[in-house]
Amino acid sequence: MRYIDEFRVPAAARELLREIDALDAHGTFMEVCGTHTMAISRAGLRPLLAPGIDLISGPGCPVCVTADADIDRAIAVARKPGVILTTFGDMMKVPGTEDSLASASASGARVRVVYSPLESLAIAAEEPGSQVVFLGVGFETTAPAVAGTMLEARRQGIDNLRVLSFHKLVPPALRALVGLDDFDVDGFILPGHVSVIIGSDAYAFLPVEFSMPCVVTGFEVTDILQAILRLLKMGASEASLEVEYARAVRPEGNPRALEVMSQVFESCDAQWRGLFTIPGSGLAIREEFAAMDAGTWEVELPEPTRSKGCRCGEILCGRIKPMDCPFFGGRCTPDNPVGPCMVSSEGTCASYYLYSESDGPDERGEGADIGR
Amino acid sequence: MCLAIPAIVIELDEPNLAVIEIGGVRKQVSLMLVDDVVVGDYVLVHAGFAIDKVDEAEAQKTMDLLQELARLEQEAGFDEIH
Repeated sequence: MRYIDEFRVPAAARELLREIDALDAHGTFMEVCGTHTMAISRAGLRPLLAPGIDLISGPGCPVCVTADADIDRAIAVARKPGVILTTFGDMMKVPGTEDSLASASASGARVRVVYSPLESLAIAAEEPGSQVVFLGVGFETTAPAVAGTMLEARRQGIDNLRVLSFHKLVPPALRALVGLDDFDVDGFILPGHVSVIIGSDAYAFLPVEFSMPCVVTGFEVTDILQAILRLLKMGASEASLEVEYARAVRPEGNPRALEVMSQVFESCDAQWRGLFTIPGSGLAIREEFAAMDAGTWEVELPEPTRSKGCRCGEILCGRIKPMDCPFFGGRCTPDNPVGPCMVSSEGTCASYYLYSESDGPDERGEGADIGR
Repeated sequence: MCLAIPAIVIELDEPNLAVIEIGGVRKQVSLMLVDDVVVGDYVLVHAGFAIDKVDEAEAQKTMDLLQELARLEQEAGFDEIH
């Protein structure tokens, strides 16, 4: 496929690996985006890199960082009479306090999986007697599509579409992360498609305020290797912000998409699962669209329970790797996930589990042989 | 979840829609988030929306660089054999 195959050139990847080796440099780099985590695992890149170059995963899977309380709210909304809840498939098995959307669906709630928020609009048009609620989860890549769907509902006069907005913003989360006392990485591999929307300028504060080397990166193997090479060459002393994914990312982003997003949403504080509440890191529906906001509905929520012992929170901050969690590969597998990092197809644990062979031997937690 | 795939625009439909093709599969997407798209452009498709156009000149620069890297790698391999 054009603009994919040309970036999958094995000989170029080998040459990039050779150049990385030749630098004889060390570094720990965080790939912020879950799509990068999956691309790195799928390509088996980690064991191919020189010793001393470590790639750790950040909080860049929107499914993984959706708070328990938000999942509980989505389930409660789905159970309301007359409601059809539409969601991306990844959200179905994410455990809330007591249930998941999958178990709610099995016990009678009307939940439908969609590929695009626009499908929710079509369902709303076909089911005028129901309230169709789209579960809005995702970063800046996805939020404009949800906003566009809401504008389109208004334009077409479809008045039974609602949205639960649990969208999150990447730059405020990165600011919170680099501010942690024990945060220890030498550079960021920054998300490509979030940056298509917000532009590379949105990360200018990272090298300036925190001396953090950054490369906005595409999703093919040669993209990721070029980013690692650039980060190693840069080093903290010459920290700057570079764009490897220039075929898609401009400094200013996509002004049209940003405008659509800001017509409908405004920033708000948001709780990130496993982390904490990060100021200005969420998107709330503006007052002008309050009639479409299902987040204000009164619902009964279960009492929050104590942690199940899952270490997703530490994995999302890059403090530990999946194999450091005692549940990984034993009690917690993609078929039977304990935490969200194992649920999402782009979750850090799911990608390490699925491609474990290529990430080196002996990297599974206690009980890893069970259930394989 | 932030996956977006480059696809060629085959046909423009009203209002603000396009038929795109990815690997032989055709699909209708919204053009609400992009300006000035014409038939033959490559767009990045995410969740039923084109989220931007592919900058073909920038893509070509990276493709040329990769070809150069591949040539270097093959020359190095040739030197090792001889």
